[in-house]
This record gives sequence, C-alpha cells and structure tokens, in this order.
Amino acid sequence: MFMRDLVFPDVVPRTETDLMPLELEGVRLCLDGKAVLDGVDLRLEGTGCTVIMGPNGAGKSQLLKLIHGLKAPDAGRIEWNGRAAAAVTARQALVFQKPVLLRRSVAANIEFVLKARGRDRGLRDGLLEHVGLLDKARQPARQLSGGEAQRLMLGRALATEPEVLLLDEPTASLDPASVLAIERIILRARERGVKVILVTHDTGQARRMADEVVFLHRGRILEHVPADEFFPEPATREARDYLNGRIVV
Amino acid sequence: MKIRTLMAAALVALAPVSAVADEAIIVQSTTSTANSGLYDYLLPIFTDKTGITVNVVAVGTGQAIKNAANCDGDVLLVHAKPAEEKFVADGGGTSRTDLMYNDFVIVGPAEDPAGVSGMTDVEAALTQIAESEALFASRGDDSGTHKKEKALWEAAGVDPAEGSGAWYRETGSGMGATLNAGIGMGAYVMTDRATWISFANKQEYGIVVEGDDDLFNQYGVIPINPEACPSVNVEAAQTFADWLVSAEGQEAIGAYMVDGQQLFFPNAPEQGS
Amino acid sequence: MQDFGEAFALAFGLVLSPTGDLLEIVGLSLRVSLTATAVACLLGLPLGALLAVTRFRGRGAVLVTINALMGLPPVVVGLLVYLNLSRAGPLGFLGLLYTPTAMIIAQTILITPIVAALSRQILEDLNAEYAEQFRSLCLSRWQSVQALLWDGRYALLTVGLAGFGRAVAEVGAVMIVGGNIDHLTRVMTTAIALETSKGELALALALGIILMAIALGVNALVQSLRMSAERRNVYA
Repeated sequence: MFMRDLVFPDVVPRTETDLMPLELEGVRLCLDGKAVLDGVDLRLEGTGCTVIMGPNGAGKSQLLKLIHGLKAPDAGRIEWNGRAAAAVTARQALVFQKPVLLRRSVAANIEFVLKARGRDRGLRDGLLEHVGLLDKARQPARQLSGGEAQRLMLGRALATEPEVLLLDEPTASLDPASVLAIERIILRARERGVKVILVTHDTGQARRMADEVVFLHRGRILEHVPADEFFPEPATREARDYLNGRIVV
Repeated sequence: MKIRTLMAAALVALAPVSAVADEAIIVQSTTSTANSGLYDYLLPIFTDKTGITVNVVAVGTGQAIKNAANCDGDVLLVHAKPAEEKFVADGGGTSRTDLMYNDFVIVGPAEDPAGVSGMTDVEAALTQIAESEALFASRGDDSGTHKKEKALWEAAGVDPAEGSGAWYRETGSGMGATLNAGIGMGAYVMTDRATWISFANKQEYGIVVEGDDDLFNQYGVIPINPEACPSVNVEAAQTFADWLVSAEGQEAIGAYMVDGQQLFFPNAPEQGS
Repeated sequence: MQDFGEAFALAFGLVLSPTGDLLEIVGLSLRVSLTATAVACLLGLPLGALLAVTRFRGRGAVLVTINALMGLPPVVVGLLVYLNLSRAGPLGFLGLLYTPTAMIIAQTILITPIVAALSRQILEDLNAEYAEQFRSLCLSRWQSVQALLWDGRYALLTVGLAGFGRAVAEVGAVMIVGGNIDHLTRVMTTAIALETSKGELALALALGIILMAIALGVNALVQSLRMSAERRNVYA
C-alpha cells in the first residue's frame, strides 16, 4: 500500500484541462415528485479539490451525476467551459459509492478500461501498483475487501486518463487504513493537475482534502467558500449545525 | 478467440456430407416395407453388387408420393396401385412395374369382442365389427394400407366415419404406431402380414381374419421421371429398379424370412428382350 | 412392467459393448445437436445481449415474440425447413434435404429463440448492475455487449445447455428433414421412434436411457469445466 513510482512510469500524467470553469445555472431535478435539486447555481474554477458536503438527501449524489452528464436536469444549464455535460463525459471519471466490479480478475478490470479507451495495455501493472493491488492482480475482483474494491475503482477511473475526477462518498464505511490509502491516491491525482470533485459526509475527510467547500442543503447551495473560510466555523447556521454533528433536517 | 474457434467448428460440422466416392439414391417408400426389415436384408446385396448406396425414407404412402412429386427422391416404392398409376400418368414417374405382393390381415384381441375370429370374408367381418361397434384402429393417413382399408369398408357398404372417435379410431400414424395404439386399446387393426410377423409388441393379439382375395397387397416400383425432376440420379435409379425386378432381385425378395415365414412374394413380370 | 427391467438390462449391455450402429447413431446425435447449439449461441447470445442493452420503439413486442418462439413446435420447424429445402422449394438446388446439415439447420432454428430469450433476461439483470458505470465510461453499445457476454459467461453456459437439451431431445424436426435414413440421418430420437413403431419397446426404452445418460454426461462435463475454472481462480 505504498506509493512507489520507482519501478513503473507515472500512471497519472501531468494534466491540463480546458474543461473549467464548470457552470451550473438554475438547475432543478425532480425524483418521484420531489425536488431533489431546487435551483442550483454554481461556478467552479481552476484545479484542486472541491468538496461537496451536506446532510443525506441533500442531493449531492444526484448533483454529481448531473455534472458528469449521466442524467439531464429537469431545468437549468450545466456547462463545462461552454460544453454540454453529456458531451464531455468521456473526459471525466466517476467513482460510484458502491463499487461496480466486473466478474473477472482484478487485472482484467483495469485492462477492460484500457482496452475500451484504446490505451496501452502495458499501463495495467503500473496502475495496479499505483493503487496497491499489484499482488492481487489475478484474484477474482469480487473477492476483494471493501477498501480494496474502492482502490480498484480508483485505479480504473485513473485508467481513463480523466481531466476531472468525481467521487461519490468513496470511503463510506471503510476501515481507516483504506480511507488513508484512497485519500493519498486522490491527492496524488490532484497534485498532477486532475480536478477533483469529492462528495463526502465525513467532515474529517473534508477537512483533510478540501481546497474549497460547497455546502448543499435541501437541494440548494447554501455556501461555496474556500476551505479555510469554511473550517473551523462556516457562516451559515445549517452548516455549523452539520459540522457540530447535529442532525440537520 | 473463443468465437473464432466456435465458428470454425461450426463450418466444419456443417459441411454437407457430400459426394461419397460411391453413388447414392433416395428411395421414398412406406413404413410397412421398412419396418418389416426387408430393406436391411435386401439393400446390402444391391450395394455390394453395384456400389450404389440406397437411402430409404420411410413414410406413409401419401407422403411418399408427395415427396416424389416434389422431386425429393429418385425411386418410389409403395403399395397403392391406383395412386401409383395416376402418379405415372401425371408425368411424375417413368413407368410402374409390379414388384412383389403379400396380403393384409386383421388382427384382434384374444377376447374377440366382435366374434370375427376365423372368418375369411373380410367385408362380412368388417360389417360385423361396425355393427357391434367393437373398437377398430385405422391408419387414417392416406397410406396404401389405409386406402385398401377404405376400399374394403366401401365394398362392405359401411361408412366407418360415422363412428370416428367412438369405435373407429383413426390414428393418423404409421403401421407400427397404429398397431401399438390399437393393441393398447384392445382394438382390431388391419395390417399387412409382413409388418405383423416382424412386429415385436403383439402381446396377446393374433390374426383373426385372413385369406380373402380382396386382401391382396401389391407393391410397385417407379423410377422418378427426370423430365419432371432434373435432379434425379437417372441411371442409378433405373439400375435399382431393374435389379429389383430382375431374377436376382426377385429371388432375394423371396428369400427374406422372419421367424421362418416368407413376408413378400415376388411377382414382377418376366424380364427379357 | 417387465419392459423396464428388460430395458435397463439392454441399456447396460449396450453401453458395455456398443454395436457399431449404436455408436454411429450416438455420434450423429451429438454432432447434430452440439453443432446446432454452437450456431444458435453464435446467433442468439449477441442478439440477447443487444436486446438487453438497447431501448427502441417496439422493443416490448420483439421480446414477447422471441419469448413465444421458445415454444416453437419441433415438427412445425421441421415442416418449414423441409418446404424450403425440398427440391420443389426455393432452396432445393442446395440439395440439403435428408442430410445432417438439414438437421442442424432445423435444430438451430428451433433453439436460437431459446438462447436469445434466456440470455436477454440474464444479461438485462446483469446490465442493471453495470449500466450506469458503462455510461460513465462512455462505452459503445458493442463494447457493452461484449462486456456483458463475458461477465455473464457462467449463466450463459447454462443457457447453452438448455438449448442443447432441447435439441438433443426433439424428434419432430429431424425426422422430417432428415428422413431417419439408416447410416445417414438416424439419430437417437428417431431410432427410438423407429423401434417403438416396430414394437420393440424394451429396446426403444433402452435407447432412451442411453440418450438420458448422454445428456447427463454433457451437463456433467460442462459443470466440471466450470468448477475447475473456478478452482484455478483464473478469470481471464
């Protein structure tokens, strides 16, 4: 589980993206008759790690899927530097909350993506090494533990050479060692210029990872500020209550 | 990789079992002839002599004639003289030649519910069966046997169709299947003697009516007309037909025995000149 | 009742010292039905996978039709193929009637709907799990199909076996298009029908027992291949 890029070439190349800024205007999404996102305006610029926080049901996962282009909003505009979200899905990677493992070996999971993207299959071992799974390469992926599975998902995401890395609660219910390993992989990607948008309800993780924070509550954005303005004390009452561990409805 | 292996295997297996070094002809014939075992005995003799393989498709006479009309055969060998003559007259066959004969019999259960056992007048026996409404299983499939059976009912002045489904059971099947069904339900069945002798599921059945001249069963052989069917293997078909009616073929037919009984009696017209 | 005892004794004897004829018939049954299964899978699996991942107008009607075609009566299929391959029919010039190839064609037509319908169901369930991830990876439809087919390979193996079972057990189609010709197109099922019509019930039953044993053997073989692959824990 150690980062070692001595043996293999760096699998996360220096990335420069022209996808930023990301602009959302008046975005609404209704599910089962309820407004999950109720008029979201947001502008994200530059690189670094943006953490999206908020109580459950606030609409964070849905927001992530919308900006990735997997769904269309019921109203409003989502554009990556003028491009429609659905048009640039391939240039981003989304790590789902629950790992989606193919019924094959660990190595085959990575190879699958490399082949689908027409990338050099020799990068496979480097990616496995990068996420600390090289020694489990031939194991059936479905036999991995939760933490290992998420590391594989990250490896697969990085295999697509994304300009933006979107993560939906990637370390929810994982053991601390796995959390640490995954955070280090994400930070490494951020270092190399990949824009990271991370949804988490783990406030400690947010403190560790965020360059800026977006606080979502009942389908609306309450705060969007740099991390050092949000922590230790955010401006709004709901955000304060949330950080202090009170249940925010 | 896996797909390609599968496709290769499929192509290999699908390749038609085509031209064997020897020639082959298809004979459309009847189930009664085939089930008696005659072909198993007769054909190897012919193939040894001529190198021609004979493939027999055994179906009901009606189907055999239809298949021949569709040009799906080289020779037709059935036992329904009027239908055969019509087939030739319509241009389907080159010519028809008498080949061999045997006779039909009526078999019945040991209890003999209609009391016809030992009768030699088949029309009278059929009338008695109809009047007592004893079960009777018919081929019902437009075969040679079935056509003969219908002719006999007509000669007796009885219309069994009135009892169809009641005492008159039309199986629409081949001879063996009809025998199985008839014996299973305790019905009388009209069958050719050859099939009966070689049939292995007689249970407690026996022949109850035989010997009437009207039960005469004539077989004929017809090479398919190449003018109607260009795909016919004309020479081989003719060779086969000629051999069957030749002295050698006729002798072979007469020599075929099951349980010490001769099943078919050769009666082709003298060949010569 | 004594038929059963006699049948088992006969079957046992035949298995211990099979006649040349029996081996020929068994060999042809396997050749025809295995080939038909292979071709049906080649056609039916991609079709099922495509139907699993694609949405289009009239999809519901197509699914209903394919499911219904699973119930195609073998004798009807045989008749349809016969009418086409007969010399009097449109494909008569191929001269395929009364050959094993015609039997393979008929059985393929018979079981392709089974393979397509069952694989569609299996892969649709599988796709529910993968669909969002595949969209996130921007996979093409063909790439999704390939991924599903490989990932579902064990379940699809069972689909193949279902198709094989149907093919090796049917008599209606091969009887009409093959003609049950001795040493040429006689398979287990038509031989059983023939012996039955000759009243040789014990022998027919014995052949039936042997046919069941063969089907069992094929299934067991496939199962052991699966298990050894899982034991070696190597998923390509």
